[in-house]
Parts: sequence; structure tokens; C-alpha cells
Amino acid sequence: MAGTPVQVTGTVLTTRRVDAYHALTVVAPGIAERFRPGHFVSVAVGGAYTSMVTRRALSVHDVKSDYGGTVELVFTVRGRGTAWLAERRARDTLDLVGPLGRPFPLPRDPAHCVLVGAEYGSAVLFPLADALLARGCRVDFVLGGAGAERVFGAMRARRIAETTTLTTEDGSLGLRGKVTDALPSVIADTRADAVYACGPMETLRAVTAVGMEFDIPVQVAVEEQMGCGIGVCMTCVIPVIGDDGATRMVRACAEGPVFRGERVRFEDVGTIPFDALGAPGGGARHVS
Amino acid sequence: MSVDMRTFLAHVELANPITTAAGCAASGRELAQFFDLHRLGALTTRSITMAPRAGRPTPRMAETPSGMLNAVGLQGPGIDAFLERELPWLAQRGIKTIVSIGGGTVAEYSELARRLADAPGVTALEVNLSCPNMEDRGRVFAREGSAAAEVIASVRSIMRYDVPVVAKLAPDVADIVAVARACVDAGADALSMINNPLGMAIDTEALRPSLAAVTGGLSGPAILPLAVRCVWQVHAALPGVPLIGIGGVMTGRDAFQLVLAGACAVGVGTALFHDPYACLRIERELEDLLRARGFQRLADAVGLAHRPPGSAPRHLLVDTEESAP
Repeated sequence: MAGTPVQVTGTVLTTRRVDAYHALTVVAPGIAERFRPGHFVSVAVGGAYTSMVTRRALSVHDVKSDYGGTVELVFTVRGRGTAWLAERRARDTLDLVGPLGRPFPLPRDPAHCVLVGAEYGSAVLFPLADALLARGCRVDFVLGGAGAERVFGAMRARRIAETTTLTTEDGSLGLRGKVTDALPSVIADTRADAVYACGPMETLRAVTAVGMEFDIPVQVAVEEQMGCGIGVCMTCVIPVIGDDGATRMVRACAEGPVFRGERVRFEDVGTIPFDALGAPGGGARHVS
Repeated sequence: MSVDMRTFLAHVELANPITTAAGCAASGRELAQFFDLHRLGALTTRSITMAPRAGRPTPRMAETPSGMLNAVGLQGPGIDAFLERELPWLAQRGIKTIVSIGGGTVAEYSELARRLADAPGVTALEVNLSCPNMEDRGRVFAREGSAAAEVIASVRSIMRYDVPVVAKLAPDVADIVAVARACVDAGADALSMINNPLGMAIDTEALRPSLAAVTGGLSGPAILPLAVRCVWQVHAALPGVPLIGIGGVMTGRDAFQLVLAGACAVGVGTALFHDPYACLRIERELEDLLRARGFQRLADAVGLAHRPPGSAPRHLLVDTEESAP
């Protein structure tokens, strides 16, 4: 049953602030046991009589089997929907669908893995780190953000990883700069076999470029605005190169959110590349 | 007492009146993860086009008060891939399938109908008339009765007689009854109402339109009253024509409104994005509402709100065993 999504009414167990972000621990039986690192969860916001019709896709920071199976969701307030979520308190209920998306592929043999997270994108890397450690992999973290309070999970990373490198753009914590400034030396020092990354598209693009320089695979979990999270609304598409070399507009929710970095055409996100399958000019002439 | 929820789309019987709205259920596989698709009255596919289409750039979606705007641009793999992979998947499972088609010219619609005419598993053909007409300066087919009628006549002449042709109408017209009548005169067996009206939102942070395509289709509860009005007007003018009411249905009560206005089937769209189980929930809620009001058959409620003022509800005129003392 792993991976088959379910819809459940979850009960909020605890709410907390983690650095500049919000975290909700929700009792979500059915979702917790199906979850694998890289999966995400979608929630309905605003309550029964809300005017907000689209769901919000949230990262899962932690999954525990106690209390009947809990998931910890991490988010930042971006609009009315996430503001409503931030106001939830213990014993409130939430409509959850999950786990959604394709999880991170894990190395078959113990490998050296560098996990790169920018802002709260780091959240999804912690269940991944647990899974990698369980397989005997070496895990090193590179976490960054604009300022100290926007670096997510530094403490936990320090506890579980071999090394943790922190970067901030204002220099208030760790090295001054971006995660990609620190990444080459971390890859070189740890002799990494693979890189896993999550964060804004710009960060993922730069991380992929570094990985390609070192000729090691990069797995990225993209953050894209989603309407449904289950693959029917078709709004979260990005251009991705397939096994056959053709570029397709694929759904970040159903075909992703995890992709091989070099397959994602980061420069063309937000456009329809002229050579994409079915791009305008290639026989497409009308709109809905 | 259970309510007889069967309904007829022209001569095709559906087990219940709830269908997915075109473009809101892809080709079924995604929803099949959640529930058995046989529980739908029918599944309506996304609009199938001749060539593969990559659609519009992102952002394609913007949430608006009680609704959302979308500009997906009919993204899909094209008719070949549909016939090869998607339709057989539905047909093998025996799922009642309404195939939606979209084209830029009359010839394109005809060709799509020709390709689907022999394909097994097509319960009905829905013609998405909200595509710009490339032969007429990009004016949308559904905005003009004559252009819509031309498409319908050509599709009807090609499609097998036992497969109903459903014309999907847009509300952005001066006189929806005139367009509906033109489609029916051209051979449409049923009408689907309504497609998304055009809307627009502006991102006040970025100071530019929220959608890459600037304008998009408005859907969700915001358009329910518009759908009820359109269904009402067309049912009043063409009472014998089966109507699929679509637009902002989130609950059984919303579906009931469309039924009372004259729809014999109800399409669920945006609600699926909010709740993958929306179709089943709405069907159950509609049945509960009908039962609570003493209806034995859904068919008795279709268009009931049109009865003249002062007349008793039709179902109360029939003395039933259950209601006898």
C-alpha cells in the first residue's frame, strides 16, 4: 500500500514555531504508514464554509508511528490559506490527502550523500536522512537561508549528520553566502556519491550545476504551486527531459516532486520551451 | 426507501447523474487511486485534441474568491496517445466514458469524431465549443450559434447514431438559448452547461496579471448561480433536451439546484481539486436531499422549479404506499 494516497481527517496534536516557520504535528493514520521520504501532503484550508477552493501542498518534516501515526508538516505563511493553517491549535481537525508524489530514490548500497536545503525546503530532507542512515549511508548537510532565523533544522542536522555546513546571505549564521557557495568544498571533502536537494528553483538549478561539475547525480524535490496535488488540475507543470530525450511539460505533483536535477530545464520553468512535446508551433493552435 | 438515481443522457442510461467535468479528472487514473470509478454516473475525460499539446506556461492557476482561474490550455498527449493508452484503460474496466474533444477548425473536430467513431468504450461525445475558431479570426465557436452548429452538424454526421453528441456551451454569450437551439437543430443530443467564463486576476505584489496567459477560465462556487441561470433558461426554452449542469458544484445541494433548474446530470469539476471524493459525496448528498423531500426518482425532480407558482410539487400529487397512513 506504500504510496497509495488516502484522504483522512487528521487531528492537530501540537503546533510550534521552528525558526521562522510553522510546524503542525497531525495525527494522520493511514498517511504516516504509507509515507516515504520525498512524499508530500495536501490540506484543505479555511474550514467547511471556506471560499478557498484549492488545496495547499505541504512538506513533511517528520513521521512517527506513535500516537496512532503522526506527520509533522512545515510551512511558511504566504497568503490567506497558510495564515489560516498557522492559526490551528491542538485538537483542531484538518482534511489531509497523502502521501502524494514520487519519493526520493535511495542508493542501493551505502553511499556518501550530501543533503542541500534552502529555507524551509530543508524540511523534507530529514525523513530522507533517516532513511539513508538506516541504509548505512554517510549523510552531510548543507543548509542555508537569507538569515539565521530562516535556516531550517540546523540543530537536528547537527545531531544526525557527519558534518553540517550552514550558510546565510547576511552572514548571521555560518558562512556568508548561498548553499551553492559551500557545496563544492563539501562534495570534495566528503567525496560524495550523490546530492539531494530541496528549495527554490533557483537554488535547485545551481545545486544541479555543481553536481554536474563533479559528475555525481543530483535528486531535486521541486517546489511548485499546486491546485490539487493529485494530478488532475494540470497547473503545476515544469519542463522535464524524458528518457527518450524529449522535453515534456510534466506535473510536479504526480510525476514529481522529485526529479533528477539534470533532467529539469530550470532556465525554462515558467515557459513552454519551443521544443517541448506539443509546444505552440508544433501543431498546437488553440487554447481552452 | 432508496431513490432511483438513474438518468438518461439521450437514450444512454447512467446509473447516477454525477459525472466529472471535462479537464478536471484527467483520464481517470488519478481518481482511481481513491475510489472505484464505476461509482460515477460517467467519467468525462479532458478535452482530447488532434496533436499533443504542451498547454500554457505557468502560473496557470490563481485562487479567487470562492473560485479559481485556470489557463491550462488543453494540455494533453493528443488523440493517438488517447486511443492507444487512455481510452482502452477506461474501456477495459467498463467505465462509462464521455469523451470530450476540442479543435481549432471544423475539420479538426470532424477528424476527432472520425477517430473516435470506431473506438470501443465511448459512451458519449462531448464537443468542447470553447476553443478559438482558427477559420474565423480566433472567435470562440461557442460564442456564435452558426459556428457551433457547424461543428455539431459535422460531428453528428460522423459519429455512430448510438453515441450521443453533447454540445458544451460557454456562458460568455449574449443569448445562450440561441446558441443552444442552434446546436440542438444541428443534431446535438444533449447540452453541457456551462464551460468556464473568462476572468482575470492581478497579483498586487508582482503588479502584473496572476496568470501567464493573462486571462483564464473562472470555476468554483463563484459561478454556480451563472450555471443555474443558464440551465434554467435553456430548459425553459428546450424542455425536451437533456442537460448536463456544470459549474461550481461543491455539495449535493448545489447539484440539486441544477437538477431543479432542468439538468438531468451534473458535472463536478473544481470540487475534485478540493476533495478527490467529491463526486461520491455529492451523489450521496443529492440522494439524501431527494429522499428527505419524498422523491422516489431523480427524474421527478428534473426541472421541477419551473412549475407555475401555486401548483403543488409534482411528487406530492402521487399518493405512494410509503406516505399512506
